[in-house]
Amino acid sequence: MFGPNLFTNYGEAVSVILFVIGFSNLLLQKNLIKKIIGLNIMDTAVYLFLAEKGYIRDRVAPIVVDGIQEVEAYINPVPSGLVLTGIVVSVSVTAIMLSLTIRLYRRYHTLDLDEISMLLKKEGR
Amino acid sequence: MKKDSAFSRWFYGERDTLLDRVEMKPQTGHAPRAGEIRELMEERRLIREHIYDVEDNQKLKLFHRLYQVAAVVFCATLMLIMLVAVSWLPENGNPDNPVNNEVSARYIENGLQETGAVNIVTGMILDYRAFDTFGESNVLFISTVTVLILLHNKKKKETGAEDVAGGRANTAEKSRKSAGPAEKSGSIYEENLILQKIAGILVPIIVIFGVYVILNGHLSPGGGFSGGAIIGAGLILYQNAFGFEKTERFFTEKTYKWICFFALTFYCLAKSYSFFTGANHLESGIPLGKPGAILSSGLILPLNICVGLVVACTMYTFFAMFRKGDF
Repeated sequence: MFGPNLFTNYGEAVSVILFVIGFSNLLLQKNLIKKIIGLNIMDTAVYLFLAEKGYIRDRVAPIVVDGIQEVEAYINPVPSGLVLTGIVVSVSVTAIMLSLTIRLYRRYHTLDLDEISMLLKKEGR
Repeated sequence: MKKDSAFSRWFYGERDTLLDRVEMKPQTGHAPRAGEIRELMEERRLIREHIYDVEDNQKLKLFHRLYQVAAVVFCATLMLIMLVAVSWLPENGNPDNPVNNEVSARYIENGLQETGAVNIVTGMILDYRAFDTFGESNVLFISTVTVLILLHNKKKKETGAEDVAGGRANTAEKSRKSAGPAEKSGSIYEENLILQKIAGILVPIIVIFGVYVILNGHLSPGGGFSGGAIIGAGLILYQNAFGFEKTERFFTEKTYKWICFFALTFYCLAKSYSFFTGANHLESGIPLGKPGAILSSGLILPLNICVGLVVACTMYTFFAMFRKGDF
């Protein structure tokens, strides 16, 4: 079932485990803030995965030093740019979710999702 | 159609076809017995209490337990599937992986000549893929707008209107009214002597470091996003130490709007121009400069400054919104 590269790809394996930890946080926590923290852990796992994909053994970060421009000298710059995109999007999403949470807290005075849905039902909606 | 046909008379409301054909009776209201309403209310209360009695609800407890077990099983399965997928991925760090194709080779080999940026990642995201970065800046801007819509305090305007009616009032007092009780008195900022002293030393260093990171975005690790985040953090530290009264002297909602507007418009126009000339093989007239010098690499430096401004303002705006709902 398992392929040959599980231990060579330990970075990717760690990122996958981190992703699942974040996802289980999302499923099992009732507190909205903790759910958002779980989502951020998932984001971080994706950054780690992308950085691992761009890495090439014995090569340095893609900043041209001493005019060396061979492909053999630098790691892959494309995943690094994608990580940047991911970071910006995750910051935006986190900010929007936190502000929605603040609005919910102002309305219901609790962060527990079960209690909020209970209050919603009691209101008759 | 004839004016006085049956249909037209019905249509204009002169004739009711149901009149005299259907037996009609006025409804009589249901008169409740004495005490019936109270009985009904009591019944309803009991039903509600039974439904919402979460503590003693065995089914709900069973459901929660089942949900937790199912969630754990689902996560474990997901992890197993993804670990299997990872184990079949190509070897990490191998130069012959399919990820390392001609796209990245082209960026590395020709990036310095075509963009003038020493930092290949910056050259990539602000030149080859600049519209992508423009989209990112817009994502940040839109999320700030959403946060503004969700958290903006409307009390300020109301108290402002009262103040106008009541007479003159200074702006600092007005903005304090919409804040929390501790913020209102301003007392929380007077006690933090240690924080104020440390912030007085650190904030200039942090902001200068952020400016350095932005200006050297094409020469060293860094760029608009990271430098903007550093400057935003410095602003937040300054606000925490000295309060909104001090930051409002140079940063208000208006400042934010204008900075974001000008930065995003400049970015859009500059990049549209360079893409237009590039796609039509025209001379763009933007000097690339000597690689490694700070004034080099064409449009990347001004674009980095734009992105940095947007990000710094956005970070501080998020904080101000979460803190008290306005600037």
